[in-house]
Amino acid sequence: MSEPAARPVLEARGIVKIFGQHRALDTVDFTANAGEVHALLGENGAGKSTLIKILTGAYQPDGGELLLDGQPISLRDPLHGQGYGIGTVYQEVNLLPNRSVAENLFLGRQPTRFGLVDRKKIDAQARELLSRYGLDIDVRAELSEYSVAVQQIVAIARAVELSGKVLVLDEPTASLDRNEVQRLFEVVRGLKANGLAIIFITHFLDQVFDLADRVTILRNGRKVASQALDTLNTTDVVRMMLGKDVAFEHHPTALAGATRGQVRVAFKGLNRKGLLPFDLTVHEGEVVGVAGLLGSGRTEVARLMFGVDGSDGGQILVDGQPVTIRNPAQAVAAGFGFCPEDRKIDGIFGDLSVRENIIIALQAKLGWFKALNREDQVELAGRYAEALDIRAANHDMPVKLLSGGNQQKVILARWLAIDPTFLILDEPTRGIDVGAHAEIVRTINRLREEGLALFVISSELDEVVAYSNRVVVMRDREMVAELDGDAIAPDAIVQAIAGTPQEARS
Amino acid sequence: MTRPTVDIRPTTQPPLPPSRPLTHFFTRPQVIALAAVLLVNWILFPGFFTITWQDGRFFGSLIDVLNRGAPVAILAIGMTMVIATKGVDLSVGAVMAISGAVAAVMVSSGYPAWIAVLAALGTGLICGLWNGILVTVLEIQPIIATLVLMVAGRGLAQLVTEGYIVTFSDPVLIFIGTGSFLGFPMPVVIAAVMMIAATLIVRRTALGLLIEAVGVNRSAARFAGLSAGALLLIVYTFAGLCAAISGLIVAGDIRGADANNAGLWLELDAILAVVIGGTSLMGGRFSIPMAVLGAMIIQAMNTGILISGFSPQFNLVVKSAVIIVILVMQSPLSAQLFRRRTPPGASK
Amino acid sequence: MNRSLRPLLATALIFLFAYLLAVLQHPNMLSTRVLGNFLTDNAFLGIAAVGMTFVILSGGIDLSVGAVIGFTTVLVAVLIMWLNLHPILAFAIALIVATAFGAIMGAAIHYLRVPSFIVTLAGMFLARGGASVLSPDSIGIEHPFFTAVQKSYILLPGGGRLTVVGIIMLVVFAVAILLAHRTRFGSNVYALGGSETSAALMGVPVARTTISIYALSGFLAGLAGVVFSLYTSAGYSLNALGVELDAIAAVVIGGTLLTGGYGFVAGTFIGVMLQGLVQTYIVFDGTLSSWWTKIVVGVLLFMFIVLQRLVFRAGPRRT
Repeated sequence: MSEPAARPVLEARGIVKIFGQHRALDTVDFTANAGEVHALLGENGAGKSTLIKILTGAYQPDGGELLLDGQPISLRDPLHGQGYGIGTVYQEVNLLPNRSVAENLFLGRQPTRFGLVDRKKIDAQARELLSRYGLDIDVRAELSEYSVAVQQIVAIARAVELSGKVLVLDEPTASLDRNEVQRLFEVVRGLKANGLAIIFITHFLDQVFDLADRVTILRNGRKVASQALDTLNTTDVVRMMLGKDVAFEHHPTALAGATRGQVRVAFKGLNRKGLLPFDLTVHEGEVVGVAGLLGSGRTEVARLMFGVDGSDGGQILVDGQPVTIRNPAQAVAAGFGFCPEDRKIDGIFGDLSVRENIIIALQAKLGWFKALNREDQVELAGRYAEALDIRAANHDMPVKLLSGGNQQKVILARWLAIDPTFLILDEPTRGIDVGAHAEIVRTINRLREEGLALFVISSELDEVVAYSNRVVVMRDREMVAELDGDAIAPDAIVQAIAGTPQEARS
Repeated sequence: MTRPTVDIRPTTQPPLPPSRPLTHFFTRPQVIALAAVLLVNWILFPGFFTITWQDGRFFGSLIDVLNRGAPVAILAIGMTMVIATKGVDLSVGAVMAISGAVAAVMVSSGYPAWIAVLAALGTGLICGLWNGILVTVLEIQPIIATLVLMVAGRGLAQLVTEGYIVTFSDPVLIFIGTGSFLGFPMPVVIAAVMMIAATLIVRRTALGLLIEAVGVNRSAARFAGLSAGALLLIVYTFAGLCAAISGLIVAGDIRGADANNAGLWLELDAILAVVIGGTSLMGGRFSIPMAVLGAMIIQAMNTGILISGFSPQFNLVVKSAVIIVILVMQSPLSAQLFRRRTPPGASK
Repeated sequence: MNRSLRPLLATALIFLFAYLLAVLQHPNMLSTRVLGNFLTDNAFLGIAAVGMTFVILSGGIDLSVGAVIGFTTVLVAVLIMWLNLHPILAFAIALIVATAFGAIMGAAIHYLRVPSFIVTLAGMFLARGGASVLSPDSIGIEHPFFTAVQKSYILLPGGGRLTVVGIIMLVVFAVAILLAHRTRFGSNVYALGGSETSAALMGVPVARTTISIYALSGFLAGLAGVVFSLYTSAGYSLNALGVELDAIAAVVIGGTLLTGGYGFVAGTFIGVMLQGLVQTYIVFDGTLSSWWTKIVVGVLLFMFIVLQRLVFRAGPRRT
C-alpha cells in the first residue's frame, strides 16, 4: 500500500482519547510522511478534530504515543508542538487582524538592533518570505485589509517558518472561492515538494482528490482505512465515511409533488447585495432541500428569509398574503422558525434550562406581558421533549449540559412550540452523533407528513435525498437548478453543483 | 400525531419559582454574610439591634443601616437588570447628581414640588434612554457608552446648579429624603416598594426571562425572535429612573444638591451590591432581592466601621477586600478546587 | 491609509483647529509661556495617561490610576516629613510600591480571569483607603530638594518655562513611544489587544505581558503621583480624584480604540493637550465656568467613540 520511499515524520500509535464516558478516539494510528499530503476525512463527530488537537498538542491523549522522527514526544500545548516543528493553520485564521502582515510573520522573533525592533529588516524579510509563496503585497498594511485567502497563506508562511516539519491545515478552504483554493493548493504543492509532511483536513472530497496523496478515514472514533488515494475513487471514500452503501432510504414516489398541499410560503425576487434575486415557493407538507458547497450562498438565503439580514428587494407571501420580514421577530410573528447552523452561538441559551429554551420563542412571540405560567411551560416542554425524544434528566437543568444532538432537538422543539407555518433548518445534523443524526432525519420526514413546510440546508447529499420533495442547488450565490421527483439523486445533485454539462432537468 | 398546536392561555398567574424549602434561603452565602456582619456589629456595639419607637417612627442602628443603604439598594435594582443583560451602567452616580440638581433648582425657583420631582425623574429617564440608545443603536460596549455620561454628567449637574450647592426647604423633597411612613424612613419605604414592584414586574411578566435570555446569548435571542434592542432600552432607561429616585433621596436628605459629591462612587457600590447578590458580570440569571441584600451588606459594613471608630475611608479598604474575596471565590482557580463531578443527568 | 491613523489625524486636526480658534480670540494663548504652563499643569495627567494607553491597547482598563496617584503623594509625604527620608529615596520607594501594586493587579486579572475593570476597581478602593489610613489629612511637604526642583526650569524663547515636571512628561512620552512601537513588549501589547487567543498561539507570553502592562501602568501612576507631589507640595488621600476618567478620555480622544489593538502613544499626548487647551481657554475666557471642561471632554469622548465605531465597523479589504 505505501511506497517504499515514504519517510514517516509524525506518527501516532494507538491513540485513545476519552471525554467523560465517550471514547472520542479508540486506538487510532496515523502517520504523516515527508513530502506527502495526507488527508484526514470523517463525518462530523468522527474524531478528526480530536485527533488533530492531539497531534498539535492542544489535547493530551489518554493512551498511545506520538513519535516525531522516530522519537517519542509529549506535547504540552500547541506552542510546544510548534517548537517541535508541528505548525497548524486553522479555519479561522489565528493571526492578529490589527497588526501588519510583516509583524504577524515575525511576532515573537523580531530581529532587533540596540534592543529596538528593526522594522526595515522585518519588512524586507517579510517581503522576501512571501515572494517565495507568490505573494507580492504591502507587508506593512494591516492583515485584516487582505482577503481570507491571503491571510491563510500568511498563516502558512508563518507556520512553516517556525515549524518546518509538519504542517496541519485544518479546513483552510472553508471560506475560500474556487480560484483562492487553487492558489492555496499551489502553495501547498510547493511545500510538499520541499519535503514537508502535510496533514489536510477538509470536507470537500474533490479537494482531497485534487491535492492529497494519501487519505485516512475516521468513523466513530476509529480508523476505517489509511490508503494511497490513487487506489480509490469517490464512491469508495464516501462508502468508507458513511459505513454503508445507502445511508438513508429514499422513496421518490412517496414524495411526488401530488401529495403536497397548498403553497405555504412564496418568495418573489428576494435579493440582497451579494445574492442574486430568487423565486421560491414551499408547499404544505413539502421539504425543499438545499444543496451547495459552503459559500454558495445557501446560509445567506436562509438568513434573508428569516430576516436576520435585511433584504434589498423582493416580496414574501405567507398563505397568499404579503408579509414584511425585516428582522427575526417579524419572521417569528409570521410563523417562521429557524434552526441556525451554529447551534452554540446562534441557537442555545446555555445557562437557561431545557424548559426555558423550549418555550422562549413562543414567549417572545406572545410578548412581554403574556407570561406563560409554570404549568404551561412544564406541559409544553414535556410534550415536545417526548415528541422529539429529548433525553435530559429533568427539564430544569441547563441546556448546555445536554449532548449536541439533544440540544439540536431542543431548538427544534422551540420552533414546533410556536406552531410554525414554515421551518428553516440550516445543517440540522452538523456535529451530532450518528444515532441522533438518523433521528433528526426521521423527524424531518415526520414533520413533512404532518403538513409542515420545510426548507432544509445540508451538505450531506444522502441526507438531502432522503427527505426532500424538491432540491434547490446553489452555486456562486445563485439558485442554479431545481430537481424534482425521480431526478433527486446524489449524482444529479453533484453534477448540478459542479455545473457539468448534463444539466439537471428543472 | 397531528400538527402540533398549543393551547395558549395568557394568564395573570405568575410563573411560580420552583418551590424551595425556606432553609435554602438561610444557607445562601449572602444571607450568612449579612448575618456575620450584623453579628460583628452587635459585638462591637451591644445596642446595635435595639430599636425604639419615638415621635411616630422607629429609631436604631438597624433602621439606620436600612436607611443609609436605601440609595445604593435602589441603584442596585436598576443595575441588576443592566448587568443581567451583560452590560454595566457607570453613569448612575452622575445621573443622581443631575436629577438631584434639577429638583433642587426647580423648587428653589418656585416650581411646585411635584413638578420638580417629575422633572427629576424625567431627567433620569432621559439619561438612561441616552445610554440605552448608545448601547443599542450605536452598538457601543456598555462600559464605554456609559463612561461618556459618567465623565460629562457631573459637568451637566454643575451646569444646572451653576456651580453652587443649591439648598432648599421644600417640605415634599425633604420628606422624600428624611420623612417616615408607617414608622419607617421614607428611603427604606421607597426602596422596599421599588424592590417588590420591580421583582413582581419582571417575574410576573416575561421580562425577567427575556432579559436573562438576552444576557446569556444575545445572538440566540435575536434568532429566537426577541427584540433585544427594546429590552436593552427599557433596562437602561429603568436604571436611569432608579438613579433619579436615588438622587432625589440624597438631595432631600442633605436638603440641597451638591453636583460634585452627590452619588460620588455610588455606581461602584451598586455594581458591588449586584455582584455580591450573585448576579454574574457575564450576564444571565439575576435576582433583584439578592442585590438589595448585597447593598445592605455593604451598608452594614460601613456602619460597623463607623461605630467601631475607624475613619470612614477605611470602608474602601474593606470593600476592596470584599471584592477580592468574591473574585477569588468566583475564579476558575477555586472552581477547580471545589469542582463537583460531572453533573448527573448530562446525557450523551 | 492605515485606518487606525484616521482617528489620530482627526484628533490632530481638531486640536489645531481649536487652538487656532482660541488664539484668534485670545492672541496671548500663542506663546511659549502658555505652552510651558500647558506642559507643567498636565504633566501628571499625561504620565498617567501613557500607562493607561498601554492598558487600553491591550484590551483592558485601569480604574486605579487616580487612587494610586493620591496614594503615592501621601506615601511620599509620609516618608519625607515623618520618616525624614531624602525625597529621592522616598520617590524610589513610592515607585517600587506603585509598580508592585500594578503587577499584583495584573496577576489577579490574568490568573483569576476577571474583567480588568473589576480588579482595578478593587485596586482603586484599596489605594484610596490605604492612603487615608496612612493619613486622613493633607500633609504639606517642605524640603530644600522640593524647592530646588520646583524652581528649576529651562527658559524657552519667548519667556516660557519648561519645568522639571514638564520635562519628565516629555521624556515619558518619548520612551513610551519607543516602547510601544519599537520593542517586542510593545508588539505583544498590541497582540493581546488584537486577539488574546491568537497571541497565545503565536507565542506571546500572555501572563508576563499582562502583568508587565499593569505594572507599567502602576509605575507611571506612581511617577504621576511623584510629579503631583512636586507640583502641589502636598500629600493628600483625595488628590487626583477622578483622574482615571480624564486619562481614559485622553487616550480615547487620542485615537486609541477602547476595545484595544489600535492606537498610538503620540495620540494620547494630543488628547492630553486638547484637554489642557479646553481648560486654558476657559481660564483665559474668564466668563466660562470650570465645569464646562467636563462637558466638553464628555462631548469629545462621545464624538471619538462614535467616530471609531464608524471607522472600524466595516473594514475595506484588499485582495
